[in-house]
Amino acid sequence: MQGNTACAEGALAAGCRFFGGYPITPSTEIAEHMALKLPKTGGVFIQMEDEIAGIAAVIGASWTGARAMTATSGPGFSLMMENLGFAVMTETPCVVVNIQRGGPSTGQPTMAAQGDMLQCRFGSHGDYSVIALSPASVQEMYDLTAEAFNLADRFRIPVFVMADEIIGHMREKLVVPDTVTRDDRIPLQKGNLPFRAGDSLVPGFPAFGKGYGVHVTGLTHDERGYPCATSPSVHEDLVTRLVNKVESARNTIASCDVINPDAQVVFISYGAPSRAVEQVLHDIRRDDVGHLRLKVVWPFAESLLSRFANAETFIVPELNMGQIAREIERHTDRTVIPVPKLGGELHNPSDLARLLEELA
Amino acid sequence: MRTEIRFSGFGGQGIILAAVIVGRAAVMYDNKYAVQTQVYGPEARGGASMSAVIIDDEPVLFPKVTSPDIYVIMSQEGFEKYGVSVSGGAIMLVDSSLVHSRPSCRCIEIPATKEARESLGRDIVANIIMLGALVAATGVVSREAIEKAILDSVPRGTEELNLKAMKKGFELAEKVMHG
Amino acid sequence: MSYDEWFRDDRLPHIYCAGCGNGTVINCTLSAVDQMGWTKDETVFVSGIGCSSRAPGYIVADSLHTTHGRAIAFATGIKMANPDLRVIVFTGDGDLAAIGGNHFIHACRRNIDLTVVCMNNMIYGMTGGQGSPTTPQGALSTTTPYGSAEAAFDLCGLAAAAGANYVARYTSYHVKELIRAVRTGLETPGFSFIEALVQCPTNFGRRNKFRQVMDQIEFFKSHALLVQKADRMREEGKKIPDDMIVIGELARRNRPPLGVRK
Ligand SMILES: Cc1ncc(C[n+]2csc(CCOP(=O)(O)OP(=O)(O)O)c2C)c(N)n1
Ligand code: SF4
Repeated sequence: MQGNTACAEGALAAGCRFFGGYPITPSTEIAEHMALKLPKTGGVFIQMEDEIAGIAAVIGASWTGARAMTATSGPGFSLMMENLGFAVMTETPCVVVNIQRGGPSTGQPTMAAQGDMLQCRFGSHGDYSVIALSPASVQEMYDLTAEAFNLADRFRIPVFVMADEIIGHMREKLVVPDTVTRDDRIPLQKGNLPFRAGDSLVPGFPAFGKGYGVHVTGLTHDERGYPCATSPSVHEDLVTRLVNKVESARNTIASCDVINPDAQVVFISYGAPSRAVEQVLHDIRRDDVGHLRLKVVWPFAESLLSRFANAETFIVPELNMGQIAREIERHTDRTVIPVPKLGGELHNPSDLARLLEELA
Repeated sequence: MRTEIRFSGFGGQGIILAAVIVGRAAVMYDNKYAVQTQVYGPEARGGASMSAVIIDDEPVLFPKVTSPDIYVIMSQEGFEKYGVSVSGGAIMLVDSSLVHSRPSCRCIEIPATKEARESLGRDIVANIIMLGALVAATGVVSREAIEKAILDSVPRGTEELNLKAMKKGFELAEKVMHG
Repeated sequence: MSYDEWFRDDRLPHIYCAGCGNGTVINCTLSAVDQMGWTKDETVFVSGIGCSSRAPGYIVADSLHTTHGRAIAFATGIKMANPDLRVIVFTGDGDLAAIGGNHFIHACRRNIDLTVVCMNNMIYGMTGGQGSPTTPQGALSTTTPYGSAEAAFDLCGLAAAAGANYVARYTSYHVKELIRAVRTGLETPGFSFIEALVQCPTNFGRRNKFRQVMDQIEFFKSHALLVQKADRMREEGKKIPDDMIVIGELARRNRPPLGVRK
């Protein structure tokens, strides 16, 4: 099965009931598959007039309580930024899949990249935090997309599935699990204020049409949901909570593979370049070379770095100019070697192996 | 063992489908692992198209073809773009009705398009003839597996024609190998 | 229930300037909703950004106050995901026709079952009086200090041409008619568009020779021309002066709607 189809199937298995979007290479197969399948499962597919409208419709659908998603690539992702901030501010669960292609601008529509990793974290204005997953196989396109809905519901935020053209378009074996675990949003208890959160920092969800009479606004709001845009303390408390509900849970959100934790040289990768690293480790069979493969890139859990107690060097191959390498540098005093790659092709395993030899 | 196969031809010949069918045969019916990729973009709409499949007994790690073990080339342009850089140890199957160059490696000539037209009456099944020949010549997947994968993948009503094409491919390859 | 029971009593005072026409339109809309017998549990109000778009914040129903221009797109998602909800959009002329123009015409084309009430004050009120796509040619705003050089949009003409099932225009002077028009819009399956011209004393009136609130309301009264009369004048070959406001029901038809439970 193709990666993009697996993504759509994972969403359907997770109970996604709404897809709103706008066609763009190399993500279109996801929309096409949803258009085929959703109406048959009682769901709704709608092709909107642009990506701004696509994410808007998804947010609207989510407020009816439905699990909702969209899928896009670079140019469409850029158009979505304002409304993604709206989803953050209004604590709207939704899943946004970005099958990354080469940018800036129209760039390389049919070639892979990981150039939007910082955009998904920081692209909308203001301070906030989100979750971004990075699948490295067709299987993970299914599994991580399904999991994205759980995380979106649990934290009431947009969750990004940051794949790329290689993973989206390749075909490999998919084992469809018998069941997909569902961790749905918790409804607001009647009588509680809609934007007052308990210890989890995530308030219960007051879906439309259930008698809550909730007002939802992108303006800074108090715990009743009412606009309160000039109070410094209300704003500070709200934004701090929106950031902390994700950041304080980063070690539990984290998901990764750790290979050779005693290694001195450690590759750190996410998404498609992980496949090149895995090939290198398979070929060289050295236990002084390790691998940290991130399935969750944001929030970045720096504690994962200390799993490699003997690490002297981190090598970070990415299909960009070092976006996550920079984040890693922020958290470690070890040597960080970014291996940027532009142009749309994957790092060649032999090039990575040569880099190891040069280090020795 | 990892085997990399690259297919090339022109848009409309079913180059991508051929790779998908081989991958499917390996995964679904031979209990192996496979990854199929292709070049997207303008190439897919006319011009030289390329697709690839990697088959392995273990999970396929690196998903892209780096130095193919087997080539299946169905157009001259495809040969020039994707087939000239062969390594000596590779095997290349060419559709000898359309490709006039020959590689430096071992080459198996299959007049697939000619046979498709003359003995089956349909150009369109040339890719299936090439698939039959590929399986008979290299054994990358079993004959039973390729047959089932072809039946899964072709439009309803054309099963018989496609099985005939596959068997034609077996025959043509056997003739070259033993004849 | 009367319309004033739809207000959130814990949200007063509101942000509107004294004499602003938006309040009248909110009252008319809520009266129409109330006449329909709809409950607050089944009714959702959606809006974009602008003075007009603050309306849902004062109403005791579920409401989504979204981003500038995008209200209709958000509302489309709500209605498609749950056709049992009754979805009403409040918008301004800039929100609807400038930044949100594309969503507006596509929603008309889809004939999605929404009722959109546009408070057209012919200006950007919230941001302090810049020109909008409905600022009349020659009118003054902070971005058209020499008089607007551009032609204004006919919002109702746009909606009718793009396929809306119901289209009507009135003003804040025409309270009874406006209630009836909104009510007809609520009753009509498919896209209903009601344009209400409103006075904005703060940002439009002050700059355009309507010194008192009543001056602009008087103008609406004296310059309103019923569509039937306008049609007759056109038939007779008479020219309709540019400053006349054609009011009434401007389209009513029965194209198949989207977002209605079958
Ligand atoms: C993307 C974006 N651009 C600009 C603005 C600033 N802005 C807020 S309201 C508004 C215009 C409001 O005019 P209108 O829609 O006519 O509503 P009114 O305030 O007159 O009721 C603008 C430009 C914004 N909020 N978002
Ligand atoms: S600025 Fe104009 S539209 Fe806004 S509240 Fe004041 S009068 Fe009303």
